[in-house]
Amino acid sequence: MKPKGWKDLAPGAVVLEGGSAVNFKTGSWRAFRPVWKEENCIQCLFCWLYCPDMAIKVKDGKRAEFDYDFCKGCGICALECPGKKGKKAIEMVEEGK
Amino acid sequence: MATGLTLKELSKKEDRLTHGHRMCSGCGAPTVVKMVLLATDYPVIASNATGCLEVSTCISEYTAWKIPWIHTAFENAAATLSGVETMYRSLKKRGMIDKEIKFIAFGGDGGTYDIGLQSLSGAMERGHDMIYICYDNGAYMNTGIQRSSATPLGADTTTCPAGSVIPGKLRSRKDLTKIMAAHNIPYAAQASPSHWMDLMKKVKKAHEIKGPKFMNILSPCNRGWRSKTNDSITLSKLAVNSCYWPLYEIEDGVTKITYTPKEKVPVAEFMKPQGRFKHLFAPENEWLLKAVQEEVDKEWEKLQKEAKCG
Amino acid sequence: MAKVVAVTGNEACANALRQVNPDVCGIYPITPQTDMMQRFASFIADGKVDTESILVESEHSSMSACIGAAAAGGRVVTATSSQGLALMWEMLHIASGDRLPIIMPVVNRALSAPLNIHGDHSDAMGARDTGWIQIWSENAQESYDNTIQAFRIGEHMDIRLPVMVCLDGFIISHSIERMEYLEDDEVKKFVGEFKNFLPLLNLEKPISYGPLILTDLYHEYKRAQHEVMTKVKDVVLDVAKDFEKMSGRKYGLFETYRLDDADIALVILNSAAGTSKDVIDTFRDKGIKAGLLKPRLFRPFPYEEVAEALKSVKAVCVMDRADSFGGYGPLFMEITSALYHIKERPVLINKIYGLGGRDYLPSHAELVFNELNEIAKGAKVKNIKEYIGVRE
Repeated sequence: MKPKGWKDLAPGAVVLEGGSAVNFKTGSWRAFRPVWKEENCIQCLFCWLYCPDMAIKVKDGKRAEFDYDFCKGCGICALECPGKKGKKAIEMVEEGK
Repeated sequence: MATGLTLKELSKKEDRLTHGHRMCSGCGAPTVVKMVLLATDYPVIASNATGCLEVSTCISEYTAWKIPWIHTAFENAAATLSGVETMYRSLKKRGMIDKEIKFIAFGGDGGTYDIGLQSLSGAMERGHDMIYICYDNGAYMNTGIQRSSATPLGADTTTCPAGSVIPGKLRSRKDLTKIMAAHNIPYAAQASPSHWMDLMKKVKKAHEIKGPKFMNILSPCNRGWRSKTNDSITLSKLAVNSCYWPLYEIEDGVTKITYTPKEKVPVAEFMKPQGRFKHLFAPENEWLLKAVQEEVDKEWEKLQKEAKCG
Repeated sequence: MAKVVAVTGNEACANALRQVNPDVCGIYPITPQTDMMQRFASFIADGKVDTESILVESEHSSMSACIGAAAAGGRVVTATSSQGLALMWEMLHIASGDRLPIIMPVVNRALSAPLNIHGDHSDAMGARDTGWIQIWSENAQESYDNTIQAFRIGEHMDIRLPVMVCLDGFIISHSIERMEYLEDDEVKKFVGEFKNFLPLLNLEKPISYGPLILTDLYHEYKRAQHEVMTKVKDVVLDVAKDFEKMSGRKYGLFETYRLDDADIALVILNSAAGTSKDVIDTFRDKGIKAGLLKPRLFRPFPYEEVAEALKSVKAVCVMDRADSFGGYGPLFMEITSALYHIKERPVLINKIYGLGGRDYLPSHAELVFNELNEIAKGAKVKNIKEYIGVRE
């Protein structure tokens, strides 16, 4: 995309589209990837709540997949996951392995 | 009160701070903002002091804010928002706007405890109908971990480094929540993202109170605290359970502790996983670690007394 | 029908603001402005306006709150002087960078140290690069007229920039003069309804003010900001035309006095122009062709027009009521820049006068005109920059 020239800019540098950051993907920052093991998930939604990157999809109040376009791989979800019978529903796996 | 605060219900709400922001991996601040906005059932306009949250959520043409948002400078998130709120009142009075809108200012501890204290004090004294939220990570993290007046006793920062002669910060934190309460505002509270229900209830309550409100919310920073990227919730839980960061509110001058740890853990448990306190665990600095514990104990006792009197 | 009154410059500006009845006003005291906002606060207290005031705890917060209010979407005013303007400095850039048409009378006063409360132009000259439009006023009438016109200029949809209306501290702010007020309705009609541009209060279209812009676009944003300034001159002249129709008073980018055939001339801002005009008359009576140019629009500066007006003068003295220590006076630098491109240009000298409220007397102007007269006849310039009215 051609970079914008000075005549193409919004007055006062105002950002005109709320939430436009959804077009900026941060998934490539990730060194570790969280993997969801649905069988151990009790749907507590703590992972969704504590995710600083709004990278856990929820549908109708139920946890769905990670949004890997945005997950930065911090691992908070895995650490806070209570799991089922001592087995975590989220595991961190090194990217590229 | 029927809070509607179940995660299942909350998860159906739209994210008003979207993904695609550029806060560090594992930062506490976006979670704090997310919880505050989840607890806000009104149209809301936010102002933001210069700082990590601001530079990382609105860059060039990418804004993570789905609500009207304004950043002007470092020391004036409160003054700026007081202007927005005043224009709202003026236009409402003149019949040009009829919706009910809430106003929230976000600032880090540098922008709140230090450079923004005058602006905040002024806005609170003037009585603007708004909530000021300080996300307190205990240093100027955006510029690279410099000491602020919120930096805890003993911490190692780039301007109060733990050296061979001076072992980090030798001054205690400023008690900002109490300073704000001393403005006789109707509501001041302290919260932590680890205790999300408590945090959200406080935000909800604050919104229902007319006038100026202040909330100080702990916001772990794994870069500045030199901890792991995954431990922001764990550490904030330890901060609460050690009474380093007690959860309380001061409503109309009455202090109430909103959460008392079942077992008060030593503050060292909160400090040990953090590199900024590493030097305090060396034998020669044992006195300072002890001083931190004594201070936490003293402040906790004081708070308990205030809560009883209140 | 115009109403003839005897009022101070502060009172005149306060009344202009009353007639406009803005949505929000930031109020903070500072000598010699204090009395202006005090009067406006009384208008609020007495229900003569329904403006919402913000009684801030500093000028920094005043400008911050004005920026918040203007971004929210509405008509915003404040006023300041000297240290107050200096404290606002950071925020002045943000008001213009965000393209917010805040209107602010600046009652010009010296800057500390040493502390001084009297009139000179150091404050507003220090703010010349902040991206604000600056309009300067000789007397109470001009301060009043300029304040009213400032709304139309700053709020023009092609402009949307903040405007400072400058008037001399004490000399104008506190002296009672005869002047004419316009009718309230006339002013209201002239200024018109505030038109919103990008209001934060529009919930349907959430926007973000104040992003971080780095090397990729900052340069472009600043270029765009300059472009807006290039459009200001025409708007100022259009607004002046409309204003003349209503008031009968004529305004331009600057005022000239007996300049057309002048051999020697002063360039001088604000109240001191009046004293100079009297002296010019006495020189004219002696057969010496003296004249004057009094800038009105200082930012953006009308370089071409000023050059055109001064090109036939033989010797010009630029009078600065502010200094750039180690440099020439700020007005002098503008005038020399304006004239540099002309082949046959006047000889230019610079006098610093009236700092910290030091009286500017007819004898000072006489001294300068005598020197200019010698220069015009071929005498050498001894010093380009000199202080006048200063004790050895």
